[in-house]
Amino acid sequence: MSFFEYMVANRAEVLHNTLEHVGLVAASCGLAIAIGLPLGVALTRRPRLSGPVIGFANIVQTIPSLALFGFLIPLPIIGGIGARTAIVALVLYGLLPLIRNTYVGISSVDPAVREAARGMGMTDFQLLWMVELRLAAPVILAGIRIAAVWGVGIGTIAAAIGGGGLGEFIFRGVAMVNHVVILAGAVPAALLALAADGGLHLVERSLDWRRKAA
Amino acid sequence: MTAPVVEFRDVTYRIDGRVVLGPVALTVAAGEVLVLVGRSGSGKTTALRLINGLALPGAGDVLVEGCSTREWDPVRLRRRIGYVIQEIGLFPHMTVERNIGLVPRLERWPAERIRARVAELLSLVGLPHEQFARRLPHQLSGGQRQRVGVARALAADPPILLCDEPFGAVDPIARAELQVEFKALTARLGRTVVFVTHDVREALALATRIAVLEGGQVHFSGSPMAFRDSGDPHVRALRELA
Repeated sequence: MSFFEYMVANRAEVLHNTLEHVGLVAASCGLAIAIGLPLGVALTRRPRLSGPVIGFANIVQTIPSLALFGFLIPLPIIGGIGARTAIVALVLYGLLPLIRNTYVGISSVDPAVREAARGMGMTDFQLLWMVELRLAAPVILAGIRIAAVWGVGIGTIAAAIGGGGLGEFIFRGVAMVNHVVILAGAVPAALLALAADGGLHLVERSLDWRRKAA
Repeated sequence: MTAPVVEFRDVTYRIDGRVVLGPVALTVAAGEVLVLVGRSGSGKTTALRLINGLALPGAGDVLVEGCSTREWDPVRLRRRIGYVIQEIGLFPHMTVERNIGLVPRLERWPAERIRARVAELLSLVGLPHEQFARRLPHQLSGGQRQRVGVARALAADPPILLCDEPFGAVDPIARAELQVEFKALTARLGRTVVFVTHDVREALALATRIAVLEGGQVHFSGSPMAFRDSGDPHVRALRELA
């Protein structure tokens, strides 16, 4: 059976696994943003902590993904078999680009701009919301983009712990030594990664104030 | 005599235990244009930041309109004080219009009033509204940015204006032009201005009173005329640089 024939014959399962995969990535990216963005902002207020926190996130990143999934299984609440554990692992991977890019983006705001903002009587929140986050937005978006693209790739391993997604085809194909089945997972995953990359790149550009010429 | 608008009462400011400024006693009367002149590292910028509460004195008190900067709500204080810094610090993601209208917006002025105020200020600093209002700061020349910086500082009609070498980064011709206009502007608006510069000629051109800062201390305070005649060695050294 050719790849194309396989895809047509199994279109329901392909669609189901693809949507499951999108769900895994969306949920983990959402959580990574919800945790990583405030944490990155907090680090700009306590720069002394940035070394240890970003260092820790870096170390998490170096754990091989299959091993990280394995480590999480025996843990209570966040662990076990299934999608929840997979999402926890993907969040851990997504945190580094989120924290780092938020921290770097805000830290690289021109100190003169910050001084002027404070001197004009902006509150801390106004400074953050009206100035720092706006100026850092393209860098933060780039971090989200990295987290999403990695999430799509690493998400294929979620199937190893029963997390579902496009990895189901890949692991099945490996077990069956069947290229067509592997491709049924790998090709949609690659397309998803490209779509996430391209789509978020467009958002990133639209938020870049340097492109907003008068 | 009316109460001073700004008063330094034996103010000392330290960074890491080192005295950057002080002890300084200094008053600024309403409508005065006080130019603090001194070399870099003389404590000029610190003096300005003590007035708008970006820095608080280690000892002594800075009084603005009779109230210590320790007691002022810092946000309220700063919205009453226009602040122009050397690097200008225009918000790069906001148009000229939004930069100038920022403090009025923070103060929740109605949109119509903000628009009118921005138009008024742009013409005041010599930038035609239709040509400049929608530009971003990076689409302006250095001199134009300085003008926008001054307009922004004046936006909410603050009674006090602090200027930290605002014309430091422009070419000499634009600089001379800006000085002439600034002088006319402050004379017309009657603001209390504290202006910091290392350029003695600029000080002589703008000041109603000059104070010389050196090593964190005030070594001279008097009219431009008195500055020209003073025999104080610090004043003489500065005059020779000009």
